[in-house]
Amino acid sequence: MKTLVIFPIIIPLITASFCLVSYKTPRLQWFFVGLGNISYFIVALTFLWATYHGNYYSIQIGNWEAPFGITIIIDLFSSIMLVITSILVFCSLLYALTMTPKEEFRLGYLSLTFFLVMGVSGAFTTGDLFNLYVWFEVMLMSSFVLMAFGGEQRQLEGSIKYVILNLMSSAIFLASTGILYGMVGTVNLTDLSIKLSMIEHKYPKLIVSSLLLVAFGIKAGLFPLYFWLPASYHTPPPGISALFSGLLTKVGMYSIIRTFTLFYREIDTTMQNALLIIASLTMLIGVLGAVSQNEIRRILSFHIISQIGYMLMGLALWTPAGIAGAIYFMAHNIIAKSNLFFISGIIHKKTGSYNLKSQGNLYKELPILSFCFLCSALSLAGLPPLSGFVGKLALIIAGINANAYITVLVSIVVSFLTLFSMTKIWIYTFWGTPNHKKTDTSETPQNLSFAYCSVIILALLTLGLGILGETFFTISYKSAQSLLQPLTYIEKVMGY
Amino acid sequence: MEWLFAILVGCLYSAGLYLMLQRNMFKLVLGMCLISHGANLLIFTAGGLTRNLPPIFSEVTSVTSQITDPLPQAFVLTAIVISFGVTAFLLVLVHRTHKTLNTDDIDDLIKTDLQ
Repeated sequence: MKTLVIFPIIIPLITASFCLVSYKTPRLQWFFVGLGNISYFIVALTFLWATYHGNYYSIQIGNWEAPFGITIIIDLFSSIMLVITSILVFCSLLYALTMTPKEEFRLGYLSLTFFLVMGVSGAFTTGDLFNLYVWFEVMLMSSFVLMAFGGEQRQLEGSIKYVILNLMSSAIFLASTGILYGMVGTVNLTDLSIKLSMIEHKYPKLIVSSLLLVAFGIKAGLFPLYFWLPASYHTPPPGISALFSGLLTKVGMYSIIRTFTLFYREIDTTMQNALLIIASLTMLIGVLGAVSQNEIRRILSFHIISQIGYMLMGLALWTPAGIAGAIYFMAHNIIAKSNLFFISGIIHKKTGSYNLKSQGNLYKELPILSFCFLCSALSLAGLPPLSGFVGKLALIIAGINANAYITVLVSIVVSFLTLFSMTKIWIYTFWGTPNHKKTDTSETPQNLSFAYCSVIILALLTLGLGILGETFFTISYKSAQSLLQPLTYIEKVMGY
Repeated sequence: MEWLFAILVGCLYSAGLYLMLQRNMFKLVLGMCLISHGANLLIFTAGGLTRNLPPIFSEVTSVTSQITDPLPQAFVLTAIVISFGVTAFLLVLVHRTHKTLNTDDIDDLIKTDLQ
């Protein structure tokens, strides 16, 4: 079991390398990718099962003892994220099978995807701040290339905005790591947790954690730092933007939750108020941006921002119920939001446009797709019995118990506005008269059955996550409790 | 010595930001380089500046004040390698964008906002 800890990083690495070697034969690539994805999923599930029973699994790379070497550790929170990642990657591969042009596989689409997965799972499992920076870079580098994949004009423009702001965030992250090292002389997250709790003044901690909040906030798309997101997420092919919307911002959010719960044994009130204000503004501004848009993927991009606000709200409440809500919400959001991006890609294939105004009457043509869209969209808005309802209910109850009434009020208003903008997509795209010209006629109509498969799987997952909400919420609650009481985590890493 | 390095880091950051706020795309790349250099130097300074001491712990230098901390150097080295790769990618991206769009003005990148 101990060696298995490194597998979530090794498996994508091996898969990606094999894909790179066999770049000429896409069939062989698909074989490796299938194998890699299935084994990744099995490993992640094993860890979920094992960590649910209260275990932690850690490994010290190169046998260097904890504060000196790099620690890789998997706890319940990490393994939840790993399982969700593996499901999302599976669906995105299924989707890419028919939706992505054949020549892109020769250019390394699959290996880049798996390098991205490697970076993401590295970020989810590492227990070392500098190592987290390195995984971020691995992830960013593959995402840069995927973002510019194909080299269309708008893609290049989107990539420039994306690349520059993410590099800026990396520089800030690096600087804060350096300052932390200068302050306490370690970069191991658990050691930082111990040493920071010994510092009596609150300002050094406040400064460093604000720097980290800015760095991760750019990646997650928090309120004043989100501008790159709606400017770039709608430019790459839909399969890629679905993968990004599911994984990248959530990695930023994961890092915020992980570092803050370790750095603060008890949340500083200044920081808590700041987090609550940022969370409310992120929710509100994101959804207002979405309401004003007419392009499906831009609407969805703005919704990513507004949903990130909910997750931050859960963290800011600083109660087990709040953080459990945030974790549940992350899982729900990865599934529902990626599915909407997938669906937007199919809609584009059918109508030849992403613009709401030139679509219509798809309900008649594609009843199954409409059902899947409705499932995910209503889940995003938070209607029972779908997963979004459970997540929002948990967050709102936690908010009321923590006396954060204004944030709760904002989150309810935002839910209504989300419903409004989802209804807008529904009315324009699935009802009404068909405005689009058929674009499929020139080429042979593609077989989209695999794409439908992935969309249906994700829609059913949203439904299942909602109906079995109690079970999944129990898992999140358990991981939230262990996050707020990091002593076991610390003991496990430091080997007391 | 630290104050000198602190001022230098500040200068690098401000020069980098100034360049990044220009409309020229190539200046963007240069600004990014300067900022990453600033960050590297910041780590190096924050880790403690020592002169003429080996980064090796041996019996001769058994007192910790007699060695240089090797970790900041390792961090900086890693960060330099990463920023090297990233800058190379950025240059290619900017070049490609310049060729496709026939402009190096960032304000012309408005295609993504059109619907």
